[in-house]
Amino acid sequence: MAVVGLWVFVAVFAPLLAPRDPLVSFAPLLRPGAAGFPLGTDLLGRDILSRLCWGARPVLGLALAATLIAYALGVTAGLIAGYRRGWADTLLSFIANVILAFPVLVLYLVVIVALGASYLNVIIAVTFGSAPAVFRIVRGITIDIAHRDYIAAAVTQGEAAWRIMAIDILPNAAPALAVDFCLRLGYTAIVIGALGFLGLGLPPPAPDWGGMVTDGRALAFAFPHLVIFPCIAISSLVLGLSLIADGLRDAQ
Amino acid sequence: MTAAGVWLARRALLLVLTMLAVSFLVHLALEANVAGVAVKVLGQFSTPDQRAAWLHEHGYDDPFVVRYLRWLGHFVRGDWGRSTYYQEDIVTLIRPRLAASAILAGAALVVMVPLSLALGIAAGARAGSGIDRAVSVLAIVTTSIPDFAAAAFLTAIFVLGLGWLPGVSTMAGGFDARELVLPVLVLVLGSTGYLARMTRASMIEVMAQPYIRTALLKGASPLRIIFRHALRNALLTPVTVIMLQIPWILSGVIVVEVFFAYRGFGTLLYQAALNSDVYLVEAAAMVSVVAVVASQILADLAYVALDPRLRHGGAR
Repeated sequence: MAVVGLWVFVAVFAPLLAPRDPLVSFAPLLRPGAAGFPLGTDLLGRDILSRLCWGARPVLGLALAATLIAYALGVTAGLIAGYRRGWADTLLSFIANVILAFPVLVLYLVVIVALGASYLNVIIAVTFGSAPAVFRIVRGITIDIAHRDYIAAAVTQGEAAWRIMAIDILPNAAPALAVDFCLRLGYTAIVIGALGFLGLGLPPPAPDWGGMVTDGRALAFAFPHLVIFPCIAISSLVLGLSLIADGLRDAQ
Repeated sequence: MTAAGVWLARRALLLVLTMLAVSFLVHLALEANVAGVAVKVLGQFSTPDQRAAWLHEHGYDDPFVVRYLRWLGHFVRGDWGRSTYYQEDIVTLIRPRLAASAILAGAALVVMVPLSLALGIAAGARAGSGIDRAVSVLAIVTTSIPDFAAAAFLTAIFVLGLGWLPGVSTMAGGFDARELVLPVLVLVLGSTGYLARMTRASMIEVMAQPYIRTALLKGASPLRIIFRHALRNALLTPVTVIMLQIPWILSGVIVVEVFFAYRGFGTLLYQAALNSDVYLVEAAAMVSVVAVVASQILADLAYVALDPRLRHGGAR
């Protein structure tokens, strides 16, 4: 919890916290602890601490945006499929299963390669892969709830279908979705990191944690700090999100 | 036809439908960048005329649907086309790479499955015990570390720090099991925690059943209860989950292979995607889909084999 709070804080206040400009070159390949550069500098002489601070922004921003969009799509489709059943359910479930039959990273590779690497395309790729999983959770809960008496009562009262779905059914899914949301956020951060690592994340010179790992890898034998610090950054963020999800699950 | 036969036929039909849908989508996605194929093959400094001529010669300027159907016709007859990047027949290209990745993933599974089952059973047999808490913490930590970060940490420890293992796994001097250790370890770390937690949850559920209490009251020893009574039922969920982990492991395989420069299916797919090698991406995607769906079918079959109720009543 505290770790996630810390990273959110860092992302929001990156301009104030980062001691230097993340894109400006100083002396190259300074070791951690060098005067003025607590975590050292990279091959191009950019301050690693500053790049980590600024790098928190795309990871958190993209993960949040992609997860929210995936939720909007997954929840809507899940409600419709679970409530209406029939051909809409068959069609939506088939689409979801097709996407889920794809190893996620293969899916992202295809989407990113087809559309090119940019902020928007990373979001599209991740949304595409996440929405079917959300869809499945919501659909399952909706099917379960739709047969309860109070839903029948609402139908008899003449409530609109969208109202029944949004107000009478959806809140039942909230606890399961809250846990899933935190896990998915962390998982999305991993995917964004992995895309960056594969060179398919943000175009350089943007500070991107995954990209920093790739850039530093060739020199990692002599200068392990290039690789280790961004890895610690992303691992701690995801760990924090997992711990929140775990806490939420225990609280239920 | 028996109920199980009908079920299997339906699953096979679904597999074919999924493959059709995926192959069409992959074609459609790569369609957006069809002009880029010529640039990748001929290089940055080719003239527009040369590119157009190359595209024409290789049939890229036919209508999309025609090209898709032509590809499909060749594909089902076992002709998967030529790789534009490697300049080789795709079937001969993919086969050794697939074997290399199978060794990697297989070794990871051989370590991962017994380890996660043992951890999950030990944790779930007595919920809330010290072992249970330790396993839970371990599981959360290991699943939270991205594959590429785990690879970097392990490299820092075992290659840079201790100097025990090689840092790349190109297998340049022939097969070397030592080069396999780190990639396998990363894959194991990535999935063991999740599997152990699933086993634990399933084990706790079973241990709360009345028949376990009956066995306990009859004076059966705790070990006998766990191995004779609880285990069989507790394994139902993990077996399914292990199979469903396969797509996830496949993704991990890509990252791990790229990190350690292992010449497997993952690096092949990665290179193909980077170089707009349309037919190679398509073939690799098809292989992935078959692997995933086959593992799902296997998961269902394993479930039936472990649960006698399903076996005698026919499969769902």
